[in-house]
Amino acid sequence: MFTFIIRRVLYSIPVILVASFVLFWAVRSTFDPLAKLRQAHDPSVIQREIERLGLDRSIVEQYFLWLKAFVTGDWGTSSRTGSPVFQLIGEALWPTAQLAFWGLLVAVVIAGAVSVYSAVRRYSLGDNLLTGASYLGIAMPAFWFGLILIQTFAVWPKEQFGLAEPPLYFVGLHSPGESGFNLDYLRHLVLPVAALMIALVATWSRFGRAAMLDALSSDYVRTARAKGVPRRQIIWRHAVRNSLAPFVTVVALDAAVLIGGLVVTEQIFAIPGMGRLFLDSLVAGDVFVLLPWMIVVAIAVVICNLLADIGYALLDPRVRLR
Amino acid sequence: MSAEVLLEVEHLSIAFPTETGLARTVEDVSFVLHAGETLGIVGESGSGKSMTAMAIMGILPKSAIVTGSIRLRGRELLGLSDDELREVRGRRIAIVFQDALAALNPVMTVGDQLVEAVRVHRPDLSAAEHRARAVELLALVGIPSPEQRMARYPHEFSGGMRQRVMIGMSIANEPELLIADEATTALDVTVQAQILDVLREVQARTGTTVMLITHDLGVVAGSADRVLVMYSGGVVESAPVEPIFYDTAHPYTAGLLASLPRLDRRSRDERLFQIPGQPPLPTAWPAGCRFAPRCRHAIAGRCDVAVPAAVEVGAGHTAACVRIGEWQEEAR
Repeated sequence: MFTFIIRRVLYSIPVILVASFVLFWAVRSTFDPLAKLRQAHDPSVIQREIERLGLDRSIVEQYFLWLKAFVTGDWGTSSRTGSPVFQLIGEALWPTAQLAFWGLLVAVVIAGAVSVYSAVRRYSLGDNLLTGASYLGIAMPAFWFGLILIQTFAVWPKEQFGLAEPPLYFVGLHSPGESGFNLDYLRHLVLPVAALMIALVATWSRFGRAAMLDALSSDYVRTARAKGVPRRQIIWRHAVRNSLAPFVTVVALDAAVLIGGLVVTEQIFAIPGMGRLFLDSLVAGDVFVLLPWMIVVAIAVVICNLLADIGYALLDPRVRLR
Repeated sequence: MSAEVLLEVEHLSIAFPTETGLARTVEDVSFVLHAGETLGIVGESGSGKSMTAMAIMGILPKSAIVTGSIRLRGRELLGLSDDELREVRGRRIAIVFQDALAALNPVMTVGDQLVEAVRVHRPDLSAAEHRARAVELLALVGIPSPEQRMARYPHEFSGGMRQRVMIGMSIANEPELLIADEATTALDVTVQAQILDVLREVQARTGTTVMLITHDLGVVAGSADRVLVMYSGGVVESAPVEPIFYDTAHPYTAGLLASLPRLDRRSRDERLFQIPGQPPLPTAWPAGCRFAPRCRHAIAGRCDVAVPAAVEVGAGHTAACVRIGEWQEEAR
């Protein structure tokens, strides 16, 4: 198992390198890093920048120049704000990571519970209701659902009951002056996490239900029944454990998409995370932020894939042979 | 047969509602199992032999409509609750399934699955005793270095070894009745012989009654005391093992025997005999004898009128055919 993990980790390194080169090449050939300077009418400034970035050299040389700076933490400065990119991304990564962590955690728990319930009570009223709800969840745009949540759980009760402040907040992750894990933090978290997880729960529970049904109709479950194993143990020891591996794979792969895809949720709830940083930088044409941003997201995707692989191998002994 | 009766199956019928109508998989099957004997149940796929086994185990899908009676030492099993049946399953009646790779849980070690089989019925024993029993079972079915094999997963075993594990698991609580449902079907001939040996040893050791379900008459010839031949959900012939082969009373049994490859009879280029046609669909059974549409000896007006009743043709030998005696003449 240990060598399996080491091997998978080593495999990820060339993947990240190739991905970063492709991104670098794509960004360099579509964005002009000198766009802003061109208006200055001062050829010496442009010339200096060309030399600094090595723009007169081949794309491969430029890439290695950039890579060397990148791995040493020199990510350049933002042309939009003038602050170091490393710091910008670091600051944006933290709220996004929190949001993603809580969103994934809650979504996994709810989707798991719904999967088991729906599969065990297949075609019951509860299963049918959950099936209907999940289609709704998949179909509902995240921004719209977020706005509905804000209206229902923050704005409406505040006005209706004449409260000093809404029961749940919808701006940022902390009130001014507050920090750390406290009630204030939780009151900020509920709505964005709910908006974020609804689509995940909807798709994962569909997937988990199918995996559970598959396991419940399998030969080994029939064997367990023939052994006289109680129903509860059949469900948890046999069926759930077997459907965990495919479930975890889907979760890990979706988690990767989530890191970069929090744009809408962060926008609605005014959370200064990666999604907002990307939008702001894109609008400003800030190529110095966009490239490292994409590399960071690419690394996150690779890490999630890695975790999916390792998780699958931990849960299914048949995979470890390969 | 003076031995005491272990299992009585009477007028057992199993049907499933489908979109194209009621699918009858077993219809009016009756037989008796005596303690200590080996009963072979022979028939092709879809003849209802596995359904009968699953009905005895009480593990048919919920949608199944089951009527009749299945009594274990006089106690009715049909209609028992799931909890009551759990006391029977794995403890008094156990089953070995065909495909051991699919029938064993792929993400649990063989040891855990054996321990589970013991623990479910002996919660009074300690974990160490459960484990010791599991190791003992592996040794009993001839698995070398059982201690080390406990921590292995099913996919790390060969097909024959997996089937041994299945047998070990089934005899964990020394059941009175052991059902082997096509237990040797997916195996090589040599491994098949080994597994049958293991079954025989287990039977000699524990005196358990064995129900050997197979489509292979060769397996039955070597192992069974009595044989039940099933076709399209019904028993067409029932007899001690020798008369089945030497005094065949039903044309279907004769067809099965004729389709066996034989070294002594057939010349090299002669094609193997096969029974023409297909068994009827379970949703569309013909009136009368269900084998009649494929039977060389069927006569309109006699074979397609009513389902033939079982007729006694010898000691403990019955057959469900209206032309017993006549068809043998024709076949000569």
